[in-house]
Amino acid sequence: MPVLFYIASVVAIISTLMVITRYQPIHALLYLVVSFLAMAMIFLSLGAPFVAILEIILYAGAIIVLLIFVVMMLNLGKDTALQERQWLQPKTWVGPSILCLVLLTELVILLFRSPEVPMQVKPVPMRAVSIALYKEYVIAVELAGFLLMAGIVGAAHISKHRKKHLHRFLQEEAKGPQRRAEKLTMIREKESTEAVLPAEKKPVKKT
Amino acid sequence: MPFNSQTVLIVAAILFALGLVGVLTRKNIIFILISVEIMLNAAGLAFVAAGMRWGQPDGQIMFLFVLAMAAAEVSVGLALVLQAHHQYRSLDIDQMKALKDEVPG
Repeated sequence: MPVLFYIASVVAIISTLMVITRYQPIHALLYLVVSFLAMAMIFLSLGAPFVAILEIILYAGAIIVLLIFVVMMLNLGKDTALQERQWLQPKTWVGPSILCLVLLTELVILLFRSPEVPMQVKPVPMRAVSIALYKEYVIAVELAGFLLMAGIVGAAHISKHRKKHLHRFLQEEAKGPQRRAEKLTMIREKESTEAVLPAEKKPVKKT
Repeated sequence: MPFNSQTVLIVAAILFALGLVGVLTRKNIIFILISVEIMLNAAGLAFVAAGMRWGQPDGQIMFLFVLAMAAAEVSVGLALVLQAHHQYRSLDIDQMKALKDEVPG
């Protein structure tokens, strides 16, 4: 079991490192799937099979499918990768990474100062988990249901297409160039009807 | 080679730090959402490890709540990403710095 844990954690760390350094969104998502599967393996080696299955079904299944759906819907391909390559210059990521590394070393030092306790790999049965879930934590389960309901309603409300409502001053300001463009096209059409022959050769650009 | 509870917590800390680096360095909203997912997952790993260290099911139950929260968060977040892409034609987080009705400049 410990060997499984070490292998799975190395895989998880490497694939997560790949996730945050990829340029193409879809490659990052595929590495994220690998990271979640490795995390499920860690849970299995810790003796939590129920959580491992949920990790695969919900994270590697549902959430990844949602993200891939959005990436495909927005058509994030080579252009996005090029943009990311321009954004991810070393001067952008070196500073935050060093600061995070300092925080991580502090955390690791703090963890090593606590007394060493060997993990017991005796799995907690699913029966105990479900009994505790519906006995002691039943209110929290209902609150999680409320949260999911609010999430559904919020997502449906936010993703609705709305007309952009501007303040009336800004509305006139925004309408100004549009009216000018309409006038220009009207004038051009008039000219094209008056001068028949040259206008037929040159198609009028309509904005 | 037996492993103790510190090892699991260190793995969780490393994954959390990687997610934090992703949130801080990326400019694309989708990558930021992915990094937030990584951080939530690492926190769940810490919960499960703490629960297994005492042989109690509470850690796994907390992981279930983290999972439900992550699902709700990612659905709302992706709806926001769609709205942002509809309005700004880009996923650059730097372009979304104006308040309502304010002309960005």
